[in-house]
Amino acid sequence: MSEEWVSLSDLAPGRVGVVRQLVGGRGFISRLAALGFTPGVEVTMVQNFGHGPLIVLVRDTRLAFGRGEAAKVMVEKASE
Amino acid sequence: MNESANQRIGNQITVALAGQPNVGKSTVFNLLTGLSQHVGNWPGKTIEQKSGTYHHHGTTAHIVDLPGTYSLTANSLEERIARDYIIRERPDVVVAIVDAAALERNLYLVAELLSLPAPLVLGLNMVDVAERQGMHIEPHVLQAALGLPVVPMVATKNQGVWELMEAVDRVSHDTADYTPSRPEIRADHQAVLAHIQQLIAGAVPDPYPEDWVALKLLEGDEEITSMIQERLDEARWQEVHTVLMQHEDAILAVAGGRYEWIGRMVRAAVVRPRMGQVTLTDRVDRYAAHPVWGLFILLGMLGLVFWLTYAVGAPLQELLDTYLVQAGAEWVRAALNGAPAWLVGLLADGVIGGAGMVITFLPILVIFFAALGLLEDVGYMARAAYVMDRFMHLMGLHGKSFLPLFLGFGCNVPAVMGARVVEGQKARLLTILVAPLVPCTARMAVLAVLAPIFFGPHAALVSWGLVGLSLVMLAIVGIALHELMLGGEHVAFIMELPLYHLPNARTIGLAVWQRSVAFLKKAGSIILVVSVVVWALSVLPGGDIESSYLAAIGRLLAPLGSLMGLGWRMMVALLTSFVAKENTIATLGVLYSAGEEGTRLADALSGALSPAAALAFLAVQMLFIPCVATVATVRQETGSWRWTAFSVALLLVVSFAAGIVVYQGAMLVGWGV
Repeated sequence: MSEEWVSLSDLAPGRVGVVRQLVGGRGFISRLAALGFTPGVEVTMVQNFGHGPLIVLVRDTRLAFGRGEAAKVMVEKASE
Repeated sequence: MNESANQRIGNQITVALAGQPNVGKSTVFNLLTGLSQHVGNWPGKTIEQKSGTYHHHGTTAHIVDLPGTYSLTANSLEERIARDYIIRERPDVVVAIVDAAALERNLYLVAELLSLPAPLVLGLNMVDVAERQGMHIEPHVLQAALGLPVVPMVATKNQGVWELMEAVDRVSHDTADYTPSRPEIRADHQAVLAHIQQLIAGAVPDPYPEDWVALKLLEGDEEITSMIQERLDEARWQEVHTVLMQHEDAILAVAGGRYEWIGRMVRAAVVRPRMGQVTLTDRVDRYAAHPVWGLFILLGMLGLVFWLTYAVGAPLQELLDTYLVQAGAEWVRAALNGAPAWLVGLLADGVIGGAGMVITFLPILVIFFAALGLLEDVGYMARAAYVMDRFMHLMGLHGKSFLPLFLGFGCNVPAVMGARVVEGQKARLLTILVAPLVPCTARMAVLAVLAPIFFGPHAALVSWGLVGLSLVMLAIVGIALHELMLGGEHVAFIMELPLYHLPNARTIGLAVWQRSVAFLKKAGSIILVVSVVVWALSVLPGGDIESSYLAAIGRLLAPLGSLMGLGWRMMVALLTSFVAKENTIATLGVLYSAGEEGTRLADALSGALSPAAALAFLAVQMLFIPCVATVATVRQETGSWRWTAFSVALLLVVSFAAGIVVYQGAMLVGWGV
């Protein structure tokens, strides 16, 4: 069973989510897409201390995200 | 199939090297071109352009290194340069270097390249890294799926480069069996794409492919959108605009279509490991990217760099100064014994002084360039940026600006050159503009000599205060320029953290070589000219500095100086610091002890200024225009005299404003006597 949607910044370290929605202008979305973020892709949270920037793994790439940027990515939590 | 627009002269072909950042593209480029590289800027841009030649079977391949970009949408200047080059210059072959360990994301750029009119060859680099990550890739299967040559490579071990050029050679001669699979927009948007293409038919200017332009319109590409808006009449544009507005989310359909295509391409070719194993990179990052441990590691690394600079660089610098520069000047004086004094002065003080400065700079620069290159090559640079980003954001700067700026404490020249690691033209320019506000060792040396003379036991406190002032001014100027240049626009912080890997000596060596040569060639000549001019101004017309043109300029500036309590002598000292910061002390020595044999500079100076004026002088000294080497480097890196002039004007205003505020403030609290 899948769980609710949360923003990427709320995903705990080690948890996996599926990207459902990108919120923002076309420039922002096109940058995210080029880095591998499209709806349906799996992301794994690598580092998230609940404040400051965070690190995710998407399509074999480690990406550092500002907290504000991560808040604009909605993911569906995969069940544990 | 579009024919190549380049007329083939004899056996010459043009090959463009494309790829995302961190895929080893520069390693491939270095292997191919070696020391035949020409490094310059893209016309009118502050972005580095590298080209070189490679000979293969009697064919001369001109290799052009395109900027590393994740995609070809006009999100950044780099992306615009890369796609404009392919569309307008029509290289015979485009080579896309991809990282086998992150194949899917890397193929996104390939998907974009395939819609441009140039045959493509894929260099599948870092197959060893992919294997170590447990991924196995069948190049032949990938080649069959993509319909274009795929060459497995390990560029760091010089594997696959010859085979790559063999494939380039074949494709450049014969594109008959070049039948690539091309991605399509997601099915639900195909009708819209066809509609747009039909609406813009006939209005697309020459080198641009019509289907590509239609796709870019749907992606919301600003450059292409305004190009088409100019070409269409108002009614037709409204029609196009309406369709685009109804499909604002089309970018996701385009990107989604590309990733669907990528999925089909790699499905049979890649065997993936089960998810969940912890890699070396993740283990290292637990500390290197940790908000607390990461800071300690960063400080440790930087401490090491500075230790190396002082332990190795400074003695070398002194050796060069003693045995090359001073000995050279002595030799000139001896050899020209009897020649007119002005000639001896010109050569011994003007020319050798300037050239000597360039030469003595080199050891320090080489160490800094090597350190910067090493940290970048192993992948640590991105972690340093990640750890520092929250602090740099307070100043309107990107995390990547931290390392170059920090190097500025050693010397501003590598700080300005190091700004190359910062992505985005404006962010890079911002870094270059604030870099001279970082107090370099030469400024600190002047401070260390003068502060005790002026302030005795309070010297340390004053010095710390002035370093603090410099950093506060850096933050203020950073925030102000950020507001003005970027309109306060928040720069999205999304950055790839590449896998750590062993450094490649060749890559680092070539980077050090290129940057040093660039400094010697371009900055060197400007430094030489300026130091000769300043020397001439200081001795003409009478032969001594008291009655020189420089002194006249100093007297001209006296009204400005009086706002800071500074006489013309102090203003002249500031002016001569333009050649080298250390000159401040030498000039003061000449001006204050002239005529009075045996007067110590310390005695002459300490009585000459009130504490308020001394404080103002030191504040201006810390913030004043940097030395000519830095200014010349700013010119070289921005490729623009206007930005160089802006930088100098900015620092003049900032330093004098700070000097006036400090003096008037100090007068108010009663330090005027």
